Amino acid sequence: MTEVVASNQTILVVGGGISGMTAAIEAAECGKQVLLVEKSPTLGGRTALLYRYFPKLCHPTCGLEINLRRIKSNRNIRVLTLAEVSAIAGSRGDYSATVKIAPRYVNEHCTACGDCAKAVGAEVPNPYNYGMNKMKAAYLPHAMAYPQRYALDASIIGTPEADKAKAACKYGAIDLGMREETVKIKAGAVVWATGWQPYDAAKIQPYGYDRYANVITSLEFERLADPHGPTGGKILRPSDGKEAKNIAFIQCAGSRDENHLRHCSRICCMASLKQTQYVKEAWGAEAKSTIYYIDIRAIDRFEDFYQKVQKDPSVSFLKSKVAKVTQDKSGDVILHGVDTEGYHRYENAHDLAVLAIGMQPSVAGVDIPADIVADSSGFIESSAAESGFFGAGCATNALDVNRAVQSSTAAALRAIQVINKVARAEA
Amino acid sequence: MGDLNQQMLDKYRNNFLREVEEKVDDGGWVKMCMQCGVCAGSCTFGPDWEHTPQKIFMMIRAGKREEVLGSHSMWLCTSCYNCMVRCPRELPITHIMHGLASYAHRLGLAPKNQPTRDFSLIFWENCTKTGRVNELRMTISVYFREGFMSGVKKMWTLRNIGRGLFFAKRLNPLELFVSHGCKDKDGLRRALKKADEIEARRRGYAVQPRGYSS
Repeated sequence: MTEVVASNQTILVVGGGISGMTAAIEAAECGKQVLLVEKSPTLGGRTALLYRYFPKLCHPTCGLEINLRRIKSNRNIRVLTLAEVSAIAGSRGDYSATVKIAPRYVNEHCTACGDCAKAVGAEVPNPYNYGMNKMKAAYLPHAMAYPQRYALDASIIGTPEADKAKAACKYGAIDLGMREETVKIKAGAVVWATGWQPYDAAKIQPYGYDRYANVITSLEFERLADPHGPTGGKILRPSDGKEAKNIAFIQCAGSRDENHLRHCSRICCMASLKQTQYVKEAWGAEAKSTIYYIDIRAIDRFEDFYQKVQKDPSVSFLKSKVAKVTQDKSGDVILHGVDTEGYHRYENAHDLAVLAIGMQPSVAGVDIPADIVADSSGFIESSAAESGFFGAGCATNALDVNRAVQSSTAAALRAIQVINKVARAEA
Repeated sequence: MGDLNQQMLDKYRNNFLREVEEKVDDGGWVKMCMQCGVCAGSCTFGPDWEHTPQKIFMMIRAGKREEVLGSHSMWLCTSCYNCMVRCPRELPITHIMHGLASYAHRLGLAPKNQPTRDFSLIFWENCTKTGRVNELRMTISVYFREGFMSGVKKMWTLRNIGRGLFFAKRLNPLELFVSHGCKDKDGLRRALKKADEIEARRRGYAVQPRGYSS
């Protein structure tokens, strides 16, 4: 049974991505008790699945590692993974949350040696590579996973595969008797850092994401470039494994569109500019990136990076929202449209098309079991003065990592104020 | 200085955009276009016309009055609504195109001998005269609109279809002489006239150039 000690002076942080981690660390380092609840088996969220950050092109592992070390060394933070808040009641300074904890089937004796994964033959689609490859049903989510502990996929429980994993474990870490638990947790303030999800690309019908293998999303492209990705870091297109050297980036795939997401997702322009540099790095003089855009929104200091990419001869810019994508027999994707600078009609063939997919809040009604004020896109608005709920990071707006961290620090400060009031009242 | 200021103001004041906003059906949407080009790329007519909706909207904003109102493009629109459902800003593009066509026609600036426009005029005249479309007369008017010989030629090419229609009782040659109509023809004409007056009053039009009022 999971025992969680929490009081109405505890800050509950929902979501263990970069925003939730930041809010939790900031509050804990101010001496507050924090409970960090994450629904997947690991912290790190979508940030851990990026290859590099813009504009400095550094690796997310660096920042994540610092944050993980801060979490490990801080006694005020308690982390619950595979846990979801299913109900919440009460008011500012006095909340009671119901948290469902799914079984991991692996306990704290795990040393992450990997023997169970070697023993198990069954494979499941790998969510950490957006389903582009498969992983063993006994798995460590990714190299940066925290806790560094394997998990068993629920699909093999009750099969001989699970017994194989148990037999292979030298440390007695596999516990097939684990069941889902429900715990009640008290909290004084709640930080919702529930993050974002990519817009469903298949809904953008003319781009054919559901019909053509060589139309992928920017997140999938991120995994293609990553050494831990399905191709080991080689940019190979999905249909035939051909080296993708001539790549089209389609901006505003879902964003700024009343039929899809009405907001600008803000990060996609910079993400595509960044990804052109992956292409260049991979193929050198043979690299060819084309960005199809309405207008490039490289906000404030990112303008420098935009100008740098503009000077790059491997990158060209075509001002047009692509009207239609098709795929020919050779697997090449053909982009159709009319450009805005001269109104020329084009039919351009590329090896691969990358949809700079929009950011959708994961909150949208279903995930948060509480009354949250949301804007017309579903992002959390700043709460009413009497509320102890605070949004953080991409749950509140389409933000890059840098701004998500700022937003989370702000949320932590607001939560701390609530806890201080509670503490004064009780003293 | 005041004069010079006024001159410069007039030069840059876009009177045509304002005119479109006031006089053209759904014209107020034109300024919402962000020039992404999805309408142009999605148009089923593709490269077959001069000005795509995207271009027309930019020309309106650039004040190119004669070129816009004299364009063939609005008349070529097939109302497939592809542009309208895909427009990321939900502009009623198809409706604006029809609004522009109708406005250009009203001002007498629409292109001459434009087949769609000619057909529309013939159709309107035909059906408002009796309240029902006389298909035989309408077909003949359309075929002969470019002269006698070309009309005869067209009819000759389509003679087998005509025969088929006749034997299937879908074409009655007597219709050429006796047109059937609705019950209250005068009432219909009065209703249409009233509708036209209301539209003219609402949009501030001076004239009513349509054929039926004579």
